[in-house]
Amino acid sequence: MIQRTLLAAILLCVLALPGLTADRFIILQSTTSTANSGLLDEILPKFTAASGITVRVVAVGTGQALKNARNGDGDVLLVHATTAEQAFVADGSGVARHDVMFNDFVVVGPADDPAAIAGSADVLDALRRIAAATAPFASRGDDSGTHKKELSLWASAGIDPVAHSGAWYRETGSGMGATLNTAVGMAAYALTDRATWIAFANKADFKIVSQGDKRLFNQYGVILVNPARHPHIKADDGQAFIDWLLSAPGQAAIAAFRKNGQQLFFPNAGRP
Amino acid sequence: MQEALEALGLAGRLIVSMDGDVLEIVALSLQVSLTAVAVSCLIGLPLGALLAMTRFRGRNVLIVLNNALMGLPPVVVGLAIYLAISRAGPFGVFGLLYTPTAMIIAQTVLVLPIVTALARQTIEDLNAEYDDYLRSLGLGIGGRLRTLLWDGRTGLITAAIAGMGRAIAEVGAVIIVGGNIDHVTRVMTTAIALETSKGELALAMALGIILMAISLALNAATHALRGDAMRRMYA
Amino acid sequence: MLDPADEAPLLELRGLTYTATTATLLDDVSAALPATGVTAIIGANGAGKTTLLRLLAGLLTPTAGEIDWSLAGSARRTAMVFQRPVILRRSVDANIRHAIAPLGLNEAEAARRVDEALAVCRLDHLRTAPARRLSGGEQQRLALARALARKPDVLLLDEPCASLDPQSTAAIEAIVRQAAAASTAVVLVTHDIAQAQRLAAWVMFLDAGRLIEHSRAGAFFAGPQTAEARDYLAGRLPPIAPGDEGS
Ligand SMILES: Nc1ncnc2c1ncn2[C@@H]1O[C@H](COP(=O)(O)OP(=O)(O)OP(=O)(O)O)[C@@H](O)[C@H]1O
Ligand SMILES: [Mg+2]
Repeated sequence: MIQRTLLAAILLCVLALPGLTADRFIILQSTTSTANSGLLDEILPKFTAASGITVRVVAVGTGQALKNARNGDGDVLLVHATTAEQAFVADGSGVARHDVMFNDFVVVGPADDPAAIAGSADVLDALRRIAAATAPFASRGDDSGTHKKELSLWASAGIDPVAHSGAWYRETGSGMGATLNTAVGMAAYALTDRATWIAFANKADFKIVSQGDKRLFNQYGVILVNPARHPHIKADDGQAFIDWLLSAPGQAAIAAFRKNGQQLFFPNAGRP
Repeated sequence: MQEALEALGLAGRLIVSMDGDVLEIVALSLQVSLTAVAVSCLIGLPLGALLAMTRFRGRNVLIVLNNALMGLPPVVVGLAIYLAISRAGPFGVFGLLYTPTAMIIAQTVLVLPIVTALARQTIEDLNAEYDDYLRSLGLGIGGRLRTLLWDGRTGLITAAIAGMGRAIAEVGAVIIVGGNIDHVTRVMTTAIALETSKGELALAMALGIILMAISLALNAATHALRGDAMRRMYA
Repeated sequence: MLDPADEAPLLELRGLTYTATTATLLDDVSAALPATGVTAIIGANGAGKTTLLRLLAGLLTPTAGEIDWSLAGSARRTAMVFQRPVILRRSVDANIRHAIAPLGLNEAEAARRVDEALAVCRLDHLRTAPARRLSGGEQQRLALARALARKPDVLLLDEPCASLDPQSTAAIEAIVRQAAAASTAVVLVTHDIAQAQRLAAWVMFLDAGRLIEHSRAGAFFAGPQTAEARDYLAGRLPPIAPGDEGS
């Protein structure tokens, strides 16, 4: 008797669940920066209105997004790690890669600026000063696009920060937001994409201390996951999304997105 | 202090205004976790009772294993289930990843050991008292099981509550297998994790306060239910 | 030891022995039990009375020997009332319903049996009360009501009147006498010698796991054959050492 009531209750619950309804949707494997900044909330409804296709966003680090997409757990990939993206296409996991937009990275730090780098336009110089001052630096440490970018900057500056891991160099192993929370908590410098930074609500007394260097350029690319490898991939609807992103309306939607009055992403489809 | 006050105020406003998005998230949380607990009870209560009623080789190993599984880290469960139901995994063809069903499976794996272990403990004591009498009625294992489950209901409700506590508070597993997709798989805990990562600490805390309020309401309701059963059946 | 086979026997114990790990609780008991009437099992604390009853109820498996039920025919339904009654966490009538549920009776018959058992055991006014809130004596009457409702062929009673007041004891004795007069075999463990005298047709006297006397009640109470039985009836302590303490 109890068993039967329970079974009925379970059935009801399952039937009432969303996601089982068979509407038209694709899964987008994306980075936290595009989702957390609010960009996708702004542009996706426009795409849905135009096409009737809903986009379900899974926002994770670039490393995890690439891995998930490689497993076929997503139809479209929107990330910012050009080298890894090219490898993704080269090994047959993706069909083709297209530039979509860019934003840039900035170095943020506490107001008292212990390494005295405020205003520095040369990011490598800024990093060297942080290392010289052994001022705390919070790194993503999670193999994300931002993390990869940060490591390449350290390498260009001729510093091996990992040798100081646990001392002034602190790897959080978390997403951008969590890393920024940590950086604020321990007055550490951090590298972040501008979009996340502007949207980030827990800034305390932190401010941008280094920006504008062209080495801080951050390109986003979009890739259709290869249906030849994963037959269930919704190739047509996925391609429709990609086409829209790269089209004039899609690019305009990206350019129109503002956070606190500032443009965060700069469309550059078709422009190398 | 400032932030905590802000969070309290925000939580109050979110509850009072019945914010649509928040309601949706709360409803999904309850659906997923209640279903997981119900499935766990359906399997775990008889399983725990059987473990309590029978003696066989390897029983102690099973009990130790069961107790150990109670401490499973949610992320490990999430990861294991991700690997199983990912398109590249053995159960990929069912397309369960990033659906509420996947979240129910993950939470069931987390809750089942708790329900089973607590049911075993409750029924073991009761069985020591009842076994001779029930056997003297000529009842087979099924009949004895039903009697014990019904008469142990106050203790078993506690097992279900403990399971619900684990399910509704858990984030590590559902964020991996659910993907925290807005309007599809976003629940209280993943929403809190997301708002925290955005630095929206007050909003995150407000959601946390709502989660605690729901938890409190559920517990109060079951406590009343349990008290009622106690009053009617016990000396 | 007398053979009660002149009354239609119900079952026969042959060399019945029960050993728990090291201790032998019941040692080589052979006897035939009549199909109707009351057989009283008496003996000191720890003599093995409950153990014998549990063997008869099928709750224990004999280590050696056997219980031969073949004389009873195919229909054999036992009901046991335990020394410490097990009361389910339900209402009084639900306790009785639960006890007869395995019999698969139709609803009308089940309801009739519940009413009858409640009336016979004077529990009517407590029908819907939580059973575990009953007093000790009421719980014992409920245990008996549950057993009676099953209409057993063999009724095993382990000190059913241990905590009953005189009225209830008299009522229970009337019930037992009635059941025994019909077609029920009653096996009654009791320390109440007067009760055994009032009810029993046969007496089995157990001492340290051995059946040392089995005779008609009249003969047993008039002149027990063994020193142990005489001491028990007289309420005397058994000798502790070979030196004796004077009997
Ligand atoms: N599982 C067991 N292992 C060892 N000894 C046991 C076990 N169960 C019972 N005994 C012992 O067996 C003896 C007989 O027990 P039993 O319950 O049959 O006594 P009894 O004649 O019913 O006594 P009482 O009049 O006190 O109810 C007791 O000494 C008891 O301690
Ligand atoms: Mg006894």
